[in-house]
Amino acid sequence: MSTFKLTYKPFGESAILIEWPQNISIDILDDIRNFSFKINNQNIKYILEVNFVYSSLLVIYNYNKINYINLKKELQFLYNQRLASKNNLKTTIWEIPVCYDIEFGIDLPFLSLQKKISIEEIISTHSSSLYTVFGIGFLPGFLYLGGLSKKLHFKRRDIPRLEVPKGAIAIGGKQTGIYPKISPGGWHIIGKTPISIFEINREKPCLVIPGDKVKFNPISKGEFKSIKLEIEAGIYKLKSVAK
Amino acid sequence: MIRVLQAGLHTSVQDIGRFGYRNIGVPTSGTMDTISANFANALLNNNKNDAVLEVTMYGPKLEFTIPTVITITGAEMSAKLNNISIANYKKYSIKKGDILSFGELTKGLRCYLAVKGGFKTAKVLKSRSFYNGITLKDSLKKHDTILYDSYVDDIVPFNSAIKSTTLFFETNILEVYKGPDFNLFTLEEQQKICSNKYTISNLMDRMGYRVKETVIKHSKSILTSPVLPGTVQLIPSGQLIILMKDAQTTGGYPRILQLTEKSIAILAQKKEGDIFNFLLV
Repeated sequence: MSTFKLTYKPFGESAILIEWPQNISIDILDDIRNFSFKINNQNIKYILEVNFVYSSLLVIYNYNKINYINLKKELQFLYNQRLASKNNLKTTIWEIPVCYDIEFGIDLPFLSLQKKISIEEIISTHSSSLYTVFGIGFLPGFLYLGGLSKKLHFKRRDIPRLEVPKGAIAIGGKQTGIYPKISPGGWHIIGKTPISIFEINREKPCLVIPGDKVKFNPISKGEFKSIKLEIEAGIYKLKSVAK
Repeated sequence: MIRVLQAGLHTSVQDIGRFGYRNIGVPTSGTMDTISANFANALLNNNKNDAVLEVTMYGPKLEFTIPTVITITGAEMSAKLNNISIANYKKYSIKKGDILSFGELTKGLRCYLAVKGGFKTAKVLKSRSFYNGITLKDSLKKHDTILYDSYVDDIVPFNSAIKSTTLFFETNILEVYKGPDFNLFTLEEQQKICSNKYTISNLMDRMGYRVKETVIKHSKSILTSPVLPGTVQLIPSGQLIILMKDAQTTGGYPRILQLTEKSIAILAQKKEGDIFNFLLV
């Protein structure tokens, strides 16, 4: 396990931003997860919230209870101790069903033409990678996924669509993602999942958490419909493996 | 309960905000001008986290169906109770059937209406703060109703007013800290950013305020990283966006400055065309 040189910065009066080298790296993500797990496990009363994305960790604290200097010292101490809890850290791999039919994947023909690869190859490439969730942001439940094959990197649309449907699977630049709700978006749409990544009325509104992994499992239009029905009936269970 | 007879521009239920869900991308929300909202709750001896109504620019017309005590703080919007003018920072007894309306905006932008015990809309993720996609509504519409507990107190002392000659938000100075990406810019650029005068554009809401001026065009981006309410982003076209309470939780633009909590409250009372300066603290 490598140790990184961290930079601590005050971020307003009630937050500390901790930065790792600013690269997209699974080693860095694992180190951040261990550290974040360690902080959360201490149940420190003056720490209100911890969250991370890519190579940065944010700690929000109650400044009436502790000051920046002392909290920084405490966090530095915890960082050096973080490996003790490493074994408790589990990674869940989620299998997200995706229908890549061009009825949903409306930009597949365009991408195929532009990238000079067949639609079948786009689908098999996209669904054979294991993606890492480097964080959640932009919208509630929007996953920043790393691991898109270079073959599928493609610049965003010049003009964003005003409405991308909920559940759309899309490619933008070096990233791929799932739209958790209807929203404007500039990514190319290649498919759709019948499941809701984010659903406020569920006990756990967001199934996936930062650090988890995601696999896309191709399904037919028929399976898409039956999964939708199973979800409505409350009997569908998303496949996942914890490691 | 309160019955909404007319909606006004944008009125929402807000408490101190939604904490603990940034890791799944849920913004803080909560009152934009927390100082005025806290004041309203304090005047009624409410809890700090009791929900209030945040009324923006043009107020609604509301009917009370059960007794309570109310107060209004923050922006001055010519409030009237049963067509008789009432003052901010005073307590008023409310009877069944009383009607509260608002008129011309004369100071600030957002006022806070508190009732004794707070509004009792459903809590979603431990908060009552309206936010599109989390709560069912993001603003009040005509015919909506909002619950509160009945409370009878006829003895409203005349001297319960707190004299407010100049309100805390009547300043053009926003105190800021250096943001995490301040040092991406040269000393000269930093000085320019900090000493410039800024005008608020028409792109301003609970998510963020954008200014009109172009300070420094640049092509610097950062790896997506956390942002907070009060984060000042410098976008490539050279303008500033100041993130507010409903802003997203992550961003990729340089975070050059960070407003103090008090400055967030001050900015929440500014409107299009208002001018401000930063003061680095």
